[in-house]
Amino acid sequence: MLLYILRRIVYVMPVAIGVSIICFLLVHLAPGDPLTAVMPIDATAEQQAEMRQAYGFDKPLPIQYGIWLWKVVQGDLGHSIATGRPVLSEVGRAVGNSLILASVATLIGFTFGTLFGFVAGYFRDSPLDKGASALSVLGVSVPHYWLGIVLVIIFSAQLGWLPPTGAGPDGSGNWRPDLEHLRYIILPAVTMSVIPMGIIARTVRALVADILSQEFVQALRAKGLGEWGVFKHVVTNAAPTALAVMGLQLGYLLGGSILIETVFAWPGTGFLLNAAIFQRDLPLLQGTILVLAMFFVTLNLIVDVLQTALDPRIQRS
Amino acid sequence: MAAIADTLVVAPIRASRGYWASVVARLTRDPIAMLALAIILAIVLAAIFAPLIAPAEPFKGSMIRRLKPIGFPGYPLGSDELGRDMLTRLIYGGRLSLFMGVTPVFFAFVIGSSIGIFAGYLGGRINTLLMRVIDVFFAFPSVLLAIALSGALGAGIFNSIVSLTIVFVPQIARVAEAVTTQIRSRDYVEAARVSGAGPLTIVRVHVLGNVLGPIFVYATSLISVSMILASGLSFLGLGVKPPDPEWGLMLNTLRTAIYTQPMVAALPGVMIFLTSISFNLFSDGLRSAMEVKQ
Repeated sequence: MLLYILRRIVYVMPVAIGVSIICFLLVHLAPGDPLTAVMPIDATAEQQAEMRQAYGFDKPLPIQYGIWLWKVVQGDLGHSIATGRPVLSEVGRAVGNSLILASVATLIGFTFGTLFGFVAGYFRDSPLDKGASALSVLGVSVPHYWLGIVLVIIFSAQLGWLPPTGAGPDGSGNWRPDLEHLRYIILPAVTMSVIPMGIIARTVRALVADILSQEFVQALRAKGLGEWGVFKHVVTNAAPTALAVMGLQLGYLLGGSILIETVFAWPGTGFLLNAAIFQRDLPLLQGTILVLAMFFVTLNLIVDVLQTALDPRIQRS
Repeated sequence: MAAIADTLVVAPIRASRGYWASVVARLTRDPIAMLALAIILAIVLAAIFAPLIAPAEPFKGSMIRRLKPIGFPGYPLGSDELGRDMLTRLIYGGRLSLFMGVTPVFFAFVIGSSIGIFAGYLGGRINTLLMRVIDVFFAFPSVLLAIALSGALGAGIFNSIVSLTIVFVPQIARVAEAVTTQIRSRDYVEAARVSGAGPLTIVRVHVLGNVLGPIFVYATSLISVSMILASGLSFLGLGVKPPDPEWGLMLNTLRTAIYTQPMVAALPGVMIFLTSISFNLFSDGLRSAMEVKQ
């Protein structure tokens, strides 16, 4: 097992390096020099050259990448152009809020997704199955940023039950686990949960239907095992894959939360990215994306290892 | 003898239906797929013939008549924050929304299939290398990659299309590589190779016909995602710029009206939703009609 984990880590390294190259190049994709945004308009050509030299932008790209990567490995993601603060601390504060939101959303999505998936898989081709399938199609087709607006219209503008934006009553940047803050997380979390709900429901339905059609289930029933006992066997067999899908969805939600965080003004990484894009704060943009992508890669690795550990059927070759 | 000849003549000589004919036949028997297709066609036709069917001018507004409700005289679906007719702008909005949703998938289909078929057919080290590069792109969630690229390139229709194309190329390439790898080990491909057919001939005659179907089905399933992402980019201010009508952008500019005219404010999203779900359902129908396994 340890050998397997080590092999997985070695395998992930080239991907991680590739991710860092893409993040590094993002800044150079931008039109003009990365320094144009910070330079005063009336800077002379000499002053510009001086700045470029000071920041190392006159060096060839591979060398720039090397220098950048060396700093990144030491935890230095540069400084935000807009605030002057270190990018790492900005991202660090935001990532906590995003992680909370994405986790709550994944939990809601997983709970209802598995419920719908089990019902649909158990009663295949019944009206219940059709209903659950329709729900999962709706889940993956709905523009979630629009769903967020619709929920705000219903529950905030019309009914006045829940706050429309923000993470807390004091307007401060951080969500806390108390009753007052709980009201703020409901709408964004429910909005966000719709996508994993649809995907998990689809996966679980297929899994359950497949397991139920296998011979060992027939054998269990022939031996006189009750429905509840059979159900437990189905759960054990479906769990590793379902949990793996859930883990991956958490990663997708964390990286894809920018639209929902913008709708709800949730102080997370998505909100930070949005600000970075519109202030052309390239170091902040680069740092946030690097952190999110690395998180996603790590999560993939963990899910992979856990799934292999949980499911003896997967070959560790 | 005469009897045998008679039976031979009488025996029904019917050519078996071709693959595509049976696909079309199965598709037309699928009511959900046909409904989805009808909705897509209606939206596409409305967008193409927008100047003929739209009741008003898409850019002309009246500040006195801003944010009128649905059903207001002269404004069947109300008016927006600048007093422009919503129905007209929703019809015109289909032009950019569809264009920005479908174009990236089309380009990604062409580029991704080429890469995938090339890698899958050649196999070996080149295949491994290309697929490892593709893996790197899978380390980014689609939404994040699209926004990162658009954010770095800057706002605009062209940049949005480029970003979304880059997002979808790896996904299509991976599917193309997988199906091509399957096909290339088949006996008939081996037979063609032994008979002296060159790689180009084999790809053209034996591979393309067998792999393009599954890749195409996969690509159609991406249109739904692409529509949501493209409108999402405009919603963030990274795609279409005002005053051009586009559903995502309209949804954004109408956000201020959710307290005064909630129904009108939600309309552009309804269009994105309707288009996205129709493409999804049609793609599902196409998949089962073409008997493509996922």
